[in-house]
Amino acid sequence: MQNLKALSYRLRQNVVEIIMAGRAGHIGGDMSVMEILVALYFHAMNISPENRDDPNRDMFVMSKGHCVEALYAVLAEKGFFPIEKVIGEYSRFASPFIGHPNNKLPGIEMNSGSLGHGLPVAIGMALAQRMDGRSSRTYVVMGDGELAEGSVWEGAMSATQYRLDNLCAVVDRNRLQISGSTEEVMHQDSVEARFAAFGWGVLSVDGNDVDALCAAFDAAKRTSGKPTLIVANTTKGKGSAVMENKADWHHHVPSMEEYGQIMADLKAREAALSRQAEVPGGCGERGARE
Amino acid sequence: MNTITNRQIICEVLMERAKADRDIVVLCSDSRGSASLAPFAKAFPEQFVEVGIAEQDLVGISAGLAKMGKKVYAASPASFLSTRSYEQVKVDCAYSGTNVKLIGISGGVSYGALGMSHHSAQDIAAMAAIPGMRVYLPSDRFQTRRLFEALLADEKPAYIRTGRNAVEDTYSQASCPFEMDRATVVCEGTDALIVACGEMVRPAKDAAALLKAEGISAAVLDMYCVKPLDAEGLLSCAAGKRLVATVEEHSPFGGLGSMVAQVIGANDPKRVVNLSLPDAPVVTGTSKEVFDYYGLNAEGIARAVRQKL
Repeated sequence: MQNLKALSYRLRQNVVEIIMAGRAGHIGGDMSVMEILVALYFHAMNISPENRDDPNRDMFVMSKGHCVEALYAVLAEKGFFPIEKVIGEYSRFASPFIGHPNNKLPGIEMNSGSLGHGLPVAIGMALAQRMDGRSSRTYVVMGDGELAEGSVWEGAMSATQYRLDNLCAVVDRNRLQISGSTEEVMHQDSVEARFAAFGWGVLSVDGNDVDALCAAFDAAKRTSGKPTLIVANTTKGKGSAVMENKADWHHHVPSMEEYGQIMADLKAREAALSRQAEVPGGCGERGARE
Repeated sequence: MNTITNRQIICEVLMERAKADRDIVVLCSDSRGSASLAPFAKAFPEQFVEVGIAEQDLVGISAGLAKMGKKVYAASPASFLSTRSYEQVKVDCAYSGTNVKLIGISGGVSYGALGMSHHSAQDIAAMAAIPGMRVYLPSDRFQTRRLFEALLADEKPAYIRTGRNAVEDTYSQASCPFEMDRATVVCEGTDALIVACGEMVRPAKDAAALLKAEGISAAVLDMYCVKPLDAEGLLSCAAGKRLVATVEEHSPFGGLGSMVAQVIGANDPKRVVNLSLPDAPVVTGTSKEVFDYYGLNAEGIARAVRQKL
């Protein structure tokens, strides 16, 4: 049994180590998306190194591919590869641990990096699962800045045309992109209403709350006749005041001083969450797939 | 005169195979009529996906299906498929390595009178520049059948361009020599070599006949596999010739002519003349009128060979 809330803060520390060692990475989005990935990989999805070639596994597409450091930390924790290998090789010459997901690595299904690709690809996967009569599901994580890509809306249409209730999309709604506030760059304020208008089932939750996310993924599984969009309202740079809600931390390698403060903040938060009494049966303590 | 289009043959082959192979999936972007795939959609509704007028979605969904083991055939006008969804082809098909066969229908100037928006004179260059993407332009209905039978047996992405109109046969039911990724020698010759692809193969064959009547011996090579270009077959046919002429329904840049010149220049330098569409908005009309205007017909090809030899 695992405490997923505390785990999210331990994995954030691994992300910081990856970024410090590789001198690169999208730290702000890595921190906002962490609970989403933890809830997916440690609660919602049927995926592990043992079943990674099983045609009945759940499928995952990281459409906001630039936040690959968070995905590396989660996949390493799942046992797909050692975290030491990621920290040692990330962004190095000819390493497979590059700045976007690539499917040369175990656990990564599709190459991504250019935004707006993941949703249509996930729709194809969900269609295939249904054609083959499988009960497995497909998940895709997008950024909120990414929603300005037209291809997202092509996919939003076809997912409801085909009533893909085995498809669950998540928007990491951290409200910041590289140039500043998403609302100033290209407004997304009515994202829930927009997807609902396309016919999606929409849930809006605290995206840095593992319990809320696990409950939303469970609700998506119970939804029939339409795909589900989970708007995960998050904080960019979540975990330390040094980087929270700061657009210029979209990609930023911390100074040694910042590094010290961030790691201290993350460790303190992890320790506090580890000590916290969990609600029996609560998702944060449940860990394993139902 | 042949009235059966290459696209009809594609539908025929896919329908034959789809009965036994439930993993064959066809996708269209409101293009099932133009692609002659309506019979497939009707006969195999469970193996057909309509995405509407959305080419990025078309290719993304295709890649997702292929990732799950489906053998995917996505058909859309070549003009849109090769540019509107270019990045999906690059990232979701070629980079991710998914078994998606992209069928560019109504290629080149098939939609002659509709103007430049509907012409695809850049598709060979665009697709060939993507690492891992193969480019095929079958010449007639017999070769189209052989090519699709071969493509059904492999698991790599490819782009196939086909025209809208029926084209005169180059081969026959009885004789259609075909080896995957090896160019086909249409006729032998000693003075010049004409290398053509797609709808230009038959005019090239006719040009060789015209030249023969005036004492010029020209070989014709059908380079349906523009990428991977059959360099070995090309060099073997070009050996001893004084001139190599290329003919293609494409821009002068980055297509068959560029690729042939690259191989000839590096290995067996000699004069290479490239016949193609111009680097300009193409004149509008039926595709035959367009070909005649730019000399992409038997007389025009023969004239170019005669002049440059």
